[in-house]
Amino acid sequence: MPQGDYIELHRKRHGYRHDHFERKRKKEAREVHKRSAIAQKALGLKGKMFAKKRYAEKAQMKKTLAMHEESSSRRKVDDDVHEGAVPAYLLDRETTTRAKVLSNTIKQKRKEKAGKWEVPLPKVRPVAEDEMFRVLRSGKRKTKQWKRMITKATFVGPSFTRKPPKYERFIRPTGLRFTKAHVTHPELKCTFNLEIIGVKKNPNGQMYTSLGVMTRGTIIEVNVSELGLVTPAGKVVWGKYAQVTNNPENDGCINAVLLV
Amino acid sequence: MEVEEEQREMSTNNNVMCLLTDPEGTPLGAPMYLPQNAGPQQLQQMVNKLLNNEEKLPYAFYISDQELVVQLGTYLQKKNVSVEKVLSIVYQPQAIFRIRPVNRCSSTIAGHTEAVLSVAFSPDGQRLASGSGDTTVRLWDLTTQTPLYTCTGHKNWVLCIAWSPDGKHLVSGSKAGELQCWDPQTGKPSGNPLIGHKKWITGISWEPVHLKAPCRRFVSSSKDGDARIWDITLRKCVICLTGHTLAVTCVKWGGDGVIYTGSQDCTIKVWETSQGKLIRELKGHGHWVNSLALSTEYILRTGAFDHTGKQYSSPEEMKEVALERYNKMKGNAPERLVSGSDDFTMFLWEPAVSKHPKTRMTGHQQLVNHVYFSPDGQWVASASFDKSVKLWNGITGKFVAAFRGHVGPVYQISWSADSRLLLSGSKDSTLKVWDIRTQKLKQDLPGHADEVFAVDWSPDGEKVASGGKDRVLKLWMG
Repeated sequence: MPQGDYIELHRKRHGYRHDHFERKRKKEAREVHKRSAIAQKALGLKGKMFAKKRYAEKAQMKKTLAMHEESSSRRKVDDDVHEGAVPAYLLDRETTTRAKVLSNTIKQKRKEKAGKWEVPLPKVRPVAEDEMFRVLRSGKRKTKQWKRMITKATFVGPSFTRKPPKYERFIRPTGLRFTKAHVTHPELKCTFNLEIIGVKKNPNGQMYTSLGVMTRGTIIEVNVSELGLVTPAGKVVWGKYAQVTNNPENDGCINAVLLV
Repeated sequence: MEVEEEQREMSTNNNVMCLLTDPEGTPLGAPMYLPQNAGPQQLQQMVNKLLNNEEKLPYAFYISDQELVVQLGTYLQKKNVSVEKVLSIVYQPQAIFRIRPVNRCSSTIAGHTEAVLSVAFSPDGQRLASGSGDTTVRLWDLTTQTPLYTCTGHKNWVLCIAWSPDGKHLVSGSKAGELQCWDPQTGKPSGNPLIGHKKWITGISWEPVHLKAPCRRFVSSSKDGDARIWDITLRKCVICLTGHTLAVTCVKWGGDGVIYTGSQDCTIKVWETSQGKLIRELKGHGHWVNSLALSTEYILRTGAFDHTGKQYSSPEEMKEVALERYNKMKGNAPERLVSGSDDFTMFLWEPAVSKHPKTRMTGHQQLVNHVYFSPDGQWVASASFDKSVKLWNGITGKFVAAFRGHVGPVYQISWSADSRLLLSGSKDSTLKVWDIRTQKLKQDLPGHADEVFAVDWSPDGEKVASGGKDRVLKLWMG
């Protein structure tokens, strides 16, 4: 028989002490004072840990209270008129995220021609040439300095074949090549992993555009066919522009916003 | 030269044994020898003669579900059909009038401040009503193409509207579960809202005018699993049809005085209307029943009004004409019912004959959202979320053609009154008009800026109305 539970054994035999419940009540009533005394006294790491624990407890308590309140007061859900009316045959169906139909294709086309878009990032930090490229030395004595390696993320088309090394002036490292981008639809507020079709414009210059360099603020074309966007004429849109919003060379991924 | 001429004479003298039958398969006279140079025109003359028609009616001819457009001889050569067998030719009466296909948008009327959820032309095609997510019903002036009345009174989205077949009343049902009856002449509500349903209204159907004129009763179905029969003169619910265990999605008042309800509990129930007793339960679907269509639906909707635009003064007269039209349309065959379901299939039933389906119509790759019989009952069209509209034979339920062209789910379809054209509205923001004869796209109607939720082709064939998520009502003309 274990020796530790002699109290339980005593209680089993003789019952509780006559003042047990009184003492318990008093102890519980004192507890708050004791705790606040500790809270005031504790300094340094101990204080921090205590505060953190206490905070978590309080947050939990608030949540529980709110939950009880909710269940006791019946709320009416269907009474107010909601936005986004749908016909009866769609009411029971799960609402899937849907993309809006493109408005005004003509305007869109005109903008494309001018090469100007109203973009989420109108100004970008100019990237200097020596930041963009690293000089590689070549030749037997490593005296020639005409080779350049691009230090930013790039997009290389699927049909690309390298030039012979003798003529390859720009090297686009395979580790920094990307074929997919995380594109956010600004109205739907959801993000899709879409394939990149091409680099439309790099604000730092025409050369970077043709090299397919993607820095912050670059306009890229992405394949949106799986989003189910439709033109006013009822055709599926498949290519659409997006602007890169992060620094891909630092992050290892491309985040972009769809230009609607 | 002479030999050639002789040969030609020989070929013209060649006869083929033919048997003319009507769509149900009843033969017209005995099998007879027809010359091989007989074409559809000659056949038409013959059928008119045999049927003793006073006016010459147009007919289309089908040999094994394919339309005959050339001479019999050419057909036989092309298909390599044996001349020794009896060739059975099915004749189908065509509408004596022809409806021009719509090809342009005549006006875009703004007015609703939320998505347009339903549009409906009155049975005579003279008036138009629409229900919207902004809780109003609007009546539109078709001659000037401007808003006429705005009917406010609903508490939530107006999901369905229905005109009475005599055109004197308009009923709308909302998401809050109340129904409201409107006077189309003044745009005022007639009385208080009819309350009884606990959840939103999914469908409304009026009692056919040939059973009772003037129109008094209609049936509504709701998400709460009930269907209720209402009387607009007593202004209360007469009978409550309970029995479905899940939401009722569709309700139709048949021409024989029975009510069909399709539900999410996978069954279709048939009710009797004087006491609300359950007559029959049609089981077969494996998932929700979305839509029902009756072979006589178009006649029941238009009542006594036909393509001539004749108006009637008394309800008795209207009842008589409607009954005559109904009997003519129905013929001797029982009423047929088609149900479209979430299990991607459709069933063809003859509820008056048996509780088992006549045919199962498979082929869609997504759920079937809307089914609709053509006005003459010869065809069934189905709209599905697999982006296609399919055409089926309305009598046998055989697959005829698939219309592909939409790039989004097809929500609603509507027939022209002459059964020669079909209109479909889709999520891809376009409407498309399909030609039944050639089984091809006739007209593409882009113009909506967003999803098209509701389409309707006016019974007189002049106009098409459509409404959708872009909050405008569009009228299209031929």
